Amino acid sequence: MRELYYSHAIREALEEEMERDECVILLGEDLAEYGGAFKITADIVGRFGPERVRNTPISEAGFVGVAVGAALTGLRPVVEIMFMDFITLAMDQLINHAAKFRYMYNGKVKVPLVVRTPAGAGRAYGPTHSQSLERHFVATPGLVVLAPATAEDAKGMLKAAIRCDDPVVFVESKVLYGRRGPVPEGDYVTPIGRARVAREGKDVSILAYSRMVEEALRAADALAKHGISAEVVDLRSLAPLDLGAIAESVSKTGRVVVVEEGNTTGGVAAEILARIIEECFYDLQAPPRRVAAADVPVPASPTLERTVVPDASVIGRAAAALVLGD
Amino acid sequence: MHNSDLLRHMLHQMYRIRFFEQRLKDFYDYQGYFEQSQPSTEAQNTDDLLTCTMYDFSSEGMIGGAVHLYIGEEAVATGVCAALRDDDYVTSTHRGHGHAIAKGMDLRLMLAELMGRADGCCRGCGGSMHIFDITHGLLGGNGIVGAGMPLALGPAFAAKYRGTDGVSVAFFGEGASNQGTFHESLNLAALWKLPVLFVCENNLYAASTPACIALPTPDIAPRAQGYGIPGVIVDGQDVVAVYEAAAKAVARARAGDGPTLIEAKTYRFEGHCGVSSGHQNPEECEEWRRRDPLALHEARLLAEEHMTQPEIDALRASVLAEVEEAVEFAQASPWPSPEILAEI
Repeated sequence: MRELYYSHAIREALEEEMERDECVILLGEDLAEYGGAFKITADIVGRFGPERVRNTPISEAGFVGVAVGAALTGLRPVVEIMFMDFITLAMDQLINHAAKFRYMYNGKVKVPLVVRTPAGAGRAYGPTHSQSLERHFVATPGLVVLAPATAEDAKGMLKAAIRCDDPVVFVESKVLYGRRGPVPEGDYVTPIGRARVAREGKDVSILAYSRMVEEALRAADALAKHGISAEVVDLRSLAPLDLGAIAESVSKTGRVVVVEEGNTTGGVAAEILARIIEECFYDLQAPPRRVAAADVPVPASPTLERTVVPDASVIGRAAAALVLGD
Repeated sequence: MHNSDLLRHMLHQMYRIRFFEQRLKDFYDYQGYFEQSQPSTEAQNTDDLLTCTMYDFSSEGMIGGAVHLYIGEEAVATGVCAALRDDDYVTSTHRGHGHAIAKGMDLRLMLAELMGRADGCCRGCGGSMHIFDITHGLLGGNGIVGAGMPLALGPAFAAKYRGTDGVSVAFFGEGASNQGTFHESLNLAALWKLPVLFVCENNLYAASTPACIALPTPDIAPRAQGYGIPGVIVDGQDVVAVYEAAAKAVARARAGDGPTLIEAKTYRFEGHCGVSSGHQNPEECEEWRRRDPLALHEARLLAEEHMTQPEIDALRASVLAEVEEAVEFAQASPWPSPEILAEI
């Protein structure tokens, strides 16, 4: 199969969906000629024109609001928020409005909106350009939250997001943009709400998403050398969560480590652990563990950043401790 | 006519900003990543753009993250801060090195911070966009566009509450004037007559976006009318013009008459982020470079006989030496130990 960069897979999804449906428009800062801060939309304006690829002023609350209102009235806007940290500026539109409308108006409307945004650390940008804030959206009923880990899923899940009638927060990874992977030719859609077993194993389940899948797979390689068979589940869809796939893996291995790049307290991993305890308690042979960023802002200095954000070694040690005992 | 000490001080500060920023180019190795002028259509190009591996800059003395150079805009920070006292407050932006230096930041601590070292002003926790020095009233650079404006109202509110005559300054770009915070801040400051200067650095670009497609009108200053406060436009390449406008606004603020919006027309001589060879508009940039704020001020000082050429040469040499000292200091500084995260 051909290989594409994760970033190019996203671009291909945007182009194919714009080709398929003229209701799909793009909004965001520096999006058109510049191609966005990470060049995801490079060249798209040349093909579809400035009416459909719209540069916005720096006014996240404003243009996300435009997109919510346009979605409410039939367009399918795809908004780019340059860094996920900046999505906080549009929280009112997303949480109080986009997430509410379908329920509040008794199912009479839909909000087919996608907000794409790169999250995560690894580039020494410092505390306000390195956060993983998906927890806030996962905790808000009415929003779909997707976080692909591979180029193939980046394309298939973005196409699903654009065709979805509910507002989607689409979490990309600035580090994964530069990773290549196999991507099928042509049109395909990765269903929302389905996890993927990225590696089969029998001793311990490692549940991860976005860039942490890569770290989990590295950890699984290292664990294999020590005779430990780790299963890696790529969650992909954080809301809705694939509880069936999680329960299946946990009941098979009896041990689980949940990984996220965001801070530890009140995070996505915390929620998943709670679900596992509720649903799979009697399948567990060891206390479930989470591996997440330390509860501090992400520091700029590379040595500190590396300490704060989880990596394969931390994940591997946590998994090994569950299997071997401390 | 201003006294020679003030005029020389402002040249000195502009040299400190310019030479510091120029020297950063030697240490920043993200070129090609953020500011590539060509879209990534082919794999080779994409490799340059997107495959910087994590921490590829952690080699000795390198700077990572995002670095936004202030080159070309030195007269704005310098002229405004020359009108302030050490105990007045400033909130800065993502392009904040110039504000920090003009407010009195030690170059050594700032460069160490940019390099992520233990002796940095934030011990490596902040980085380029979050330079902070409360001892000189610098309330931080800011990674969020428009966020510094409401923050600047705080110390102004506190000064008024305590009955002191302190003022605060919010620096921001024309891009930030499109954020809601701009309008909310002007309204609050005007309503409560807070001692604030809103200093808009209109450098014509928000990242890559030209002001002409992001603003319905070319000027920001007239928006002040909507809030019933003075709005003035100054030549942001002329440090004396900036100083005079700032001094007037500071006097007004200290007298209890409320805020002023100052729009400095200026230009970013470099790309948005990092060290880029390509500028969004080379001809326009060349045009503006002919009005380099340092050259304009040097010419004035010579013409008005405030300084001689040998004195100017000596001043340049002393600043270059100060920058080199900062480089040595920062490179000799150790990496921060993870334990500091628990101490903070």
